[in-house]
Amino acid sequence: MVSILRRSPKLLSSICRRQFSASSDGNLTSHGGKSMNLYSAINQALHIALETDPRSYVFGEDVGFGGVFRCTTGLVDRYGKDRVFNTPLCEQGIVGFGIGLAAMGNRAIAEIQFADYIYPAFDQIVNEAAKFRYRSGNQFNCGGLTIRAPYGAVGHGGHYHSQSPEAFFCHVPGIKVVIPRSPYQAKGLLLSCIRDQNPVVFFEPKLLYRLAVEEVPEDDFMLPLSEAEVIREGSDITLVGWGAQLSVMEQACIDAEKDGISCELIDLRTLMPWDKETVEASVKKTGRLLISHEAPVTGGFGAEISASIVERCFLRLEAPVSRVCGLDTPFPLVFEPFYMPTKNKILDAIKATVKY
Amino acid sequence: MALSHAASRSNLLKPLVSGFSYSSSLRRSISSAADNSSSLTIETSVPFTAHKCDEPSRSVETNPKELLGFFRDMALMRRMEIAADSLYKAKLIRGFCHLYDGQEAVAVGMEAAITKKDAIITAYRDHCTFLGRGGTLLEIFAELMGRQAGCSRGKGGSMHFYKKDACFYGGHGIVGAQVPLGCGVAFAQKYSKDETVTFALYGDGAANQGQLFEALNISALWDLPVILVCENNHYGMGTAEWRAAKSPAYYKRGDYVPGLKVDGMDALAVKQACKFAKEHALKNGPIILEMDTYRYHGHSMSDPGSTYRTRDEISGVRQERDPIERIRKLIISYDLATEKELKDIEKEVRKEVDEAIAQAKENPLPDPSELFTNVYVKGFGTESFGADRKELRAVLP
Repeated sequence: MVSILRRSPKLLSSICRRQFSASSDGNLTSHGGKSMNLYSAINQALHIALETDPRSYVFGEDVGFGGVFRCTTGLVDRYGKDRVFNTPLCEQGIVGFGIGLAAMGNRAIAEIQFADYIYPAFDQIVNEAAKFRYRSGNQFNCGGLTIRAPYGAVGHGGHYHSQSPEAFFCHVPGIKVVIPRSPYQAKGLLLSCIRDQNPVVFFEPKLLYRLAVEEVPEDDFMLPLSEAEVIREGSDITLVGWGAQLSVMEQACIDAEKDGISCELIDLRTLMPWDKETVEASVKKTGRLLISHEAPVTGGFGAEISASIVERCFLRLEAPVSRVCGLDTPFPLVFEPFYMPTKNKILDAIKATVKY
Repeated sequence: MALSHAASRSNLLKPLVSGFSYSSSLRRSISSAADNSSSLTIETSVPFTAHKCDEPSRSVETNPKELLGFFRDMALMRRMEIAADSLYKAKLIRGFCHLYDGQEAVAVGMEAAITKKDAIITAYRDHCTFLGRGGTLLEIFAELMGRQAGCSRGKGGSMHFYKKDACFYGGHGIVGAQVPLGCGVAFAQKYSKDETVTFALYGDGAANQGQLFEALNISALWDLPVILVCENNHYGMGTAEWRAAKSPAYYKRGDYVPGLKVDGMDALAVKQACKFAKEHALKNGPIILEMDTYRYHGHSMSDPGSTYRTRDEISGVRQERDPIERIRKLIISYDLATEKELKDIEKEVRKEVDEAIAQAKENPLPDPSELFTNVYVKGFGTESFGADRKELRAVLP
């Protein structure tokens, strides 16, 4: 067991310290532009958002100093303390303030330092932000609100710096939930979220802040929300995931290919509202579906995807939908490698599903 | 500073330098306030500032044994945190790790004023508070490294130390979340009428969380015997107090709740304030103690602690206000021990820490099945599902 624990960080980094394929033809990055990591891409998107809209604001805990993950570096120097500012440590206050700011027609870009800390703000997001437009009969809204929060495992985060709370927010009509997988995606999707007319929760895979590097165009570009992307085409089984999990899944696809199994890999990108059509079309082709996420399996967003696809593709399915997810335990400290939906767990599930 | 000195030097050093195991000598030193063989009255360096209450006397009763105990306990805490820093950098400690060095006087001063039946609840900077409650170095280092012998059986890590038999309610990860919990503990204490109180600790950063004010209102409304201790180290993570708080006078932030500002670098002032606060809380309900203190390390191990404050500021506090140096000077000036004897204590403490680390390193990780235990009460019979719920499942033990 000790050797497993020792080995896995290395394994993890070997999976992640690589270029991310972001184009639909599966080629390694060729967007042009500058090679950069994920936090730099986020930083660039924030620069562009503040540059292009004088009514946009960035705030959160320690963002004035660049934030704990350096995503907001240089913003305060360039756009001033009136538009980029530190808040007290009060997540409920941060989000509530953002709703009010957005309701006045501004772009409020709030940072919650870790997704694990978002729960004090849960009421503001669920009861205030999500329902503002609906309950006021469209007189008011907080569409300009974007909440950024780093999520997910980092190898040693423990209970309160590792969680993936996306499923809670996917249960709330009125907000969008978006998770990028790479620097290019992060920049394009974040700009779309900031400019979207609905409140958005944008979860950033903190494991990839420094590890994921790819070419990202310097200019202002947006990627469409609610559009999944097929990042690897295949014919035997469809794999659906988001965020940091995609790099793990991609490794499993590569290994499965050696065994003659052709996997199609889909990045959902927007979880709410999600692109059922792309997943449906793929499952109709392959006849099999596997979903993988870091959050605990029970009640995870994989359950929703599974139910919807069974509804739509029942007669085309050749095997039960497989979910390779986090375990139904609190996020553990020393047993993170056991908890995680690792490449080998996915590979086993791929084989079991294809052989079913 | 120096006032009366009625101590005889005889045999005062013996219990400290003899080869007692760590835990027994700590217990001795913390309960040593009861020692009545000799007594000293020492004035706090700074007066207390009170809000809606009369401040306690600046003259603190102590005795040589207590002072030497303070020195030893704080030296041990300091050494332990420095060692944790190295272990973290060597990747033997994973997870997030927040160090207490600089703030030691709060932990030891508080313990000197209360009993183990009084409850303490704190946030994630909890190593030294746990040690003060009588926790052992092995329990600490084993927990930090996620080993079986840890105080939370290796399942909690740095931020989640608990010690039920000493009424230490932990060890909480979310900023400010422990304060309402402390009010609940105090409510139960009021019910049991056993004259105990709860010390709910939080930082100046957490002082701006909404739930703190909810807790204050509830505890004042119901006269709960709770002491809200704001350990003001002047930085909420990387943000200076004045950038985050309209009023950094945290002892006044309770409005209708009385408060006291205390020099949190002076263990004797902390002791006096905590004694006063306990009496107050039992009679009149909640009170806020603002401990003016300082952390030498950054907020956590990922914060170098030098981007939002100057190195001069840190070294200035070390020179002027360091809690250990303050006690060292007192001991020397009262001729209670020699420089060399204090150095020997520091050496001894260092050895204890090294031994505990060596022991903790030998200690095994928890059994993998522990991943599934304690999610629910034992025997609940809930199934936990594995990666693919069709293939792997286990009934929770």
